[in-house]
Amino acid sequence: MTSASIKPRRKVRFRVKPLAAICLLVVLFWVIVALFAPFFLRYPVGDLVSYDYFGPMSADYWLGTDYLGRDIYSRLVMGARYTIGIAFAGLILAGTIGVVLGLLAAAFGGLFDTLLSRAIDTFVGIPNLLLALVIIAGGGSSIPVLIGAITAIFFPGCYRFTRSMAVNVNALDFISAARARGEGHFYIMIHEILPNIVGPILADLGLRFVHIVLLLSGLSFLGLGVQPPYADWGAMVRENIIGISYGAPAVIIPCLALASLALALNLLIDNLPQRIRDHLE
Amino acid sequence: MTKRTSAMIGERLAVAVLSLFLVSLAVFFITELLPGDTAQELLGQAVTKEAAAILREQLGLDRPAVLRYMDWIFGLFRGDLGFSLVSNRPVSDLISERLPNSLILAAITMAITIPLALGLGIIAAIWRGSIFDRAISSAAIMFVSFPEFMIATLIVMLFSVYLKWLPALSFLPPSASFTTIVLAFIMPVTVLVFSSCSQMIRLTRAAISDAMATPYVELALLKGASRPRLVLRHALPNSVAPIVNSVALSMSGLLGGVIIVETVFNYPGLAKLMVDGVMTRDMPLIQTCSMIFCGFYLLLIMAADIIAILSNPRLRR
Repeated sequence: MTSASIKPRRKVRFRVKPLAAICLLVVLFWVIVALFAPFFLRYPVGDLVSYDYFGPMSADYWLGTDYLGRDIYSRLVMGARYTIGIAFAGLILAGTIGVVLGLLAAAFGGLFDTLLSRAIDTFVGIPNLLLALVIIAGGGSSIPVLIGAITAIFFPGCYRFTRSMAVNVNALDFISAARARGEGHFYIMIHEILPNIVGPILADLGLRFVHIVLLLSGLSFLGLGVQPPYADWGAMVRENIIGISYGAPAVIIPCLALASLALALNLLIDNLPQRIRDHLE
Repeated sequence: MTKRTSAMIGERLAVAVLSLFLVSLAVFFITELLPGDTAQELLGQAVTKEAAAILREQLGLDRPAVLRYMDWIFGLFRGDLGFSLVSNRPVSDLISERLPNSLILAAITMAITIPLALGLGIIAAIWRGSIFDRAISSAAIMFVSFPEFMIATLIVMLFSVYLKWLPALSFLPPSASFTTIVLAFIMPVTVLVFSSCSQMIRLTRAAISDAMATPYVELALLKGASRPRLVLRHALPNSVAPIVNSVALSMSGLLGGVIIVETVFNYPGLAKLMVDGVMTRDMPLIQTCSMIFCGFYLLLIMAADIIAILSNPRLRR
């Protein structure tokens, strides 16, 4: 049986650590909640459903009621949608702009690279939350403004990360070979550089997503994020904080949701295979 | 200092001034050009087209944005910060009341955070892989993941609501005794230390770990140097630049923390003033506060750059 010796090429396999698997499950859980939030609702989000404010957990109100007698469970589920949805929209925009500009800067180099890098460095001179405050002061707080602010705050980081990775790859021999056989800048960007840096970039975007979630909930906590009657998790903490001495669960539950999402994502990326992690800062 | 060092430091100074100028442009035009009209906002329910037009003229809002930018920036140089649109008081008065409070808060926090974070990061790097290292690293990744307001809320719940040891608000009457002041500072400072320490610990440990992988550290190991000596004598002096940079970058996080913490504890600082300004869209106030924060931030980044340059032995001769 000589034919048996011809085996299919062995697939590259990563060892998945149990901790990473658990974290992945937590993240997926919240993503599913956010995606299908309307199916999980038990009461409309803005409705006052009980006369008992800061009511206890019960069969009717699984997580109790908040400071106006609204169902915390329903608001938490919808909050997942706001928190994750806005953060993800911002991440996609910031990531796309940052990665594309970073690749362009690396592939073209020269004056274009210098000018672009200098211009983008300006944004880095403004601390994150401060820039968010300035943008919200100018544009008012609405979901498009929030997404725009997140994009403005986080694309410089994506740009710098992509550019530094891409510049390293750009110096390798196979890029010179591609240039020698006459490939254009765009071909090199997309077919030669990008496939070699896509893993670290995705991991880096994951870390940025955590920062975005924390920034967004911080803004909502200040009252400058998602506006009532709707609420993301940060806004839920804000609105219930008056009841901190007698309605603690209403404050703690959204905090725990935020912490579980952020911690799971951080730990997941921390436990990624070494090959990807090596490049992270 | 050699000629080359001073030239590099001069370049840093120039870059900082240029950045501050660009930041001022960004701050001014973001607050001015985005949709949203201050005059209408101020008049609220009573708004009519004529009233809004008159108010706009009184406030000088009908002039071209470039001219108003020039007015504003030259005003800043002269120390004339304009009038708060909402409280009708000079912005300089409002700020001079609040700025010292924020500086005290930030200074106390930095005085605790920097030695603590560097110490823990270095110790974690010396005994890398030990239980101690894993405890520090796990705690650090946890606190990186928690939003500041969550740490603040939990601490308030523990110490003010259940134990009743500390006041929940950091309101400081002028007649406050020393103990009152110290008690009022404990919780805000603790929250800030927790939230800004963790990132610094992680980056310090990572920077030293990088240096540990270099050939000269390996040579020192082969010569029989102990683990603490490897880290403190060989790796640490060569990781000063990345560590100082990480400290400066964590200051961005610290500022974010200050904004949250001052709001939670109702602390009469500049960040609280600015958040209130954003709520009422008090543009002159917001613009000046932003410039003060960015100025301090850029100063810190510049100081970090200069320390990094001075720490490079190749530039000393």
